[in-house]
Amino acid sequence: MATTEDKLDSTNEWRRELYDAKPEREGELFSTISGLENEPLYTPDNVEIDYERDLGYPGVFPFTRGVYPSMYRGKLWTMRQFAGFGTAAETNARFRYLLEHGQTGLSTAFDMPTLMGHDSDHPRSLGEVGREGVAIDSLDDMETLFEGIPLDKVSTSMTINSPAAMLLAFYLCVGEEQGVPRDKLRGTIQTDILKEYIAQKEFIFPPEPSMRLVIDMIQFCAEEMPLWHPVSISGYHIREAGSTAAQELAFTLADGFAYVEACMARGLDVDDFAPRLSFFFNAHLDFFEEIAKYRAARRIWARELRDRYGARNPRSWLMRFHTQTAGVSLTAQQPEVNIIRTALEALAAVLGGTQSLHTNSFDEALALPTEHAVRLALRTQQVIAHETGAVNTIDPLGGSYYLEDLTNRLETEAYDYFGRIRKLGGVVAAIKENFFQREIADASFRYQSEVEQKQRIIVGVNRYELEDEQPVEILKIDPALEREQIDRVQALRARRDSGAAASALAELKRSAAQEDKNLMPPIVEASKAYVTMGEMCDALREVWGVWRETPVF
Amino acid sequence: MARKIRVVIAKPGLDGHDRGAKIIARALRDAGMEVIYTGLHQTPEQIVETAIQEDADAVGISILSGAHMTLVPRILEGLKENGAEDVLIVVGGTIPDDDAVELKKLGVAEVFTPGAPTTEIVEFLRGKVPVS
Repeated sequence: MATTEDKLDSTNEWRRELYDAKPEREGELFSTISGLENEPLYTPDNVEIDYERDLGYPGVFPFTRGVYPSMYRGKLWTMRQFAGFGTAAETNARFRYLLEHGQTGLSTAFDMPTLMGHDSDHPRSLGEVGREGVAIDSLDDMETLFEGIPLDKVSTSMTINSPAAMLLAFYLCVGEEQGVPRDKLRGTIQTDILKEYIAQKEFIFPPEPSMRLVIDMIQFCAEEMPLWHPVSISGYHIREAGSTAAQELAFTLADGFAYVEACMARGLDVDDFAPRLSFFFNAHLDFFEEIAKYRAARRIWARELRDRYGARNPRSWLMRFHTQTAGVSLTAQQPEVNIIRTALEALAAVLGGTQSLHTNSFDEALALPTEHAVRLALRTQQVIAHETGAVNTIDPLGGSYYLEDLTNRLETEAYDYFGRIRKLGGVVAAIKENFFQREIADASFRYQSEVEQKQRIIVGVNRYELEDEQPVEILKIDPALEREQIDRVQALRARRDSGAAASALAELKRSAAQEDKNLMPPIVEASKAYVTMGEMCDALREVWGVWRETPVF
Repeated sequence: MARKIRVVIAKPGLDGHDRGAKIIARALRDAGMEVIYTGLHQTPEQIVETAIQEDADAVGISILSGAHMTLVPRILEGLKENGAEDVLIVVGGTIPDDDAVELKKLGVAEVFTPGAPTTEIVEFLRGKVPVS
């Protein structure tokens, strides 16, 4: 047997002579949380790094090391905590509290009825109004939500997809009422309908008319709202549905390419809209795999935008993204341990070069977070930013043999998926064949089985359990809010100019039936006439029908 | 020979969080049960109808939208109105402890929160559903 004094000629020899001489631990897997196999050691023998081609410099193609030259030495990431509950008035009070304490960006969570295009008084909304976010039925509610908040001074993120066009129209109208023209409004609206069919399932209409609405919004923003991000292409929900890191990467980028292709098919120049596309990723627990995922994502996007879609403006090549820590990794057992999980996930997002970050609160496997829990979550980001030194140098893990190999392997897996999706006829065709849904369900079931066989250990769940858990304090939503909001939307319908509302709604329906009409202008007009979001969605349901998925498990 | 346990896995309400529902559905199927998954966005009435039509022994309700105190009682009432109160009801999702106690008082047999192993759910159903 070799000893450490012997000179070893290769990693293989090291493995044979030294590593294999001792048995490995049994039971737990050594693969990544997504199932990618890991070698015990990475060295120049088994990792090829072409620095100029694969890494380059921050702010320079292919942007593996970061989209900006100075990264966090120039500007820290935006700490953007997502908030919303109850009625518009209550969320307005929370927004103003956050702004008074120095926050410059707002991030709005909507309730389930709003996300699904139902007004608060719809029978399907019962029990769900204001529970998971704020209830917004009309421009009237949006006026309340942003009352006293100058829209030329803040950037606003809105997490909404199927009815995104209506919410964007409401926002634009509030801006105009405040004297802020639409070309001065800054913010992001999620709008990514493809991942709804794939993972989050907040869809209303069939994919084709939904895609038309997205492209209408991208076109409208390119022409009239140059500071707005009309779509945030999201892997977050794909991962939360149980996908692997490689699936999150591949499906998200495939969705991004589908939007680019649909815009180009409409005749838009790629450089007119691509700089305003943004992304949203998950930060899960497998530290290195996550960092590799972000780096691979930037590199693939830059290459495809430049080489496949012919974008000439370097800003079109940049993948800027928001990150949220993995809700799916939080446990209901010993919930304080979630603070630690979230901190490690957040650190991965920062080391992966995120532009903004939401850290989950430790109580979110139980309910919406309390103020105490939200503050701890924000403090987690502040500790990373100011105490750990993680921000002092750009892409500090770049050049790690392991990380570069993982980055390359995730990239290879992504291209393998792109090929399979293309063979199925593209993203929409693959959705209809349940391709993504099945891939995710398989991955999610495989992981669950590994946990149950204790090949994966979750602290407090399948090892180190406590017999008696102390209950933690959780947030309760006042059930009276639902009644208040129902009264509010019904009062609005009674007092608005009903003739104006009816004719604006009729115009929206007429436009929806004509494929070549951009729907944003009639949606803005209907918003001004106080047509509700649910009424507009119902009108579109009549013209386009609704989407029902065939469930697979 | 014992017949197979028939279980309806149901997703009431508007949320689309179906990871748990699908994992449970597959685990029960792998454990030899007949599983009917309703798919998303079901009303309480649709779930009651499915449970009756499918002659279910048990209904597993997966809910993560916070609307469980509104929707679960409506399913229980609907089953009772249709003389199907013998169907075993279990609930899974983000259910606070106080609500779980309340739901059990209303007739829910068990509430499983995130982290519950599928084997525990399989054993629970086998223990509660007479199949011979």
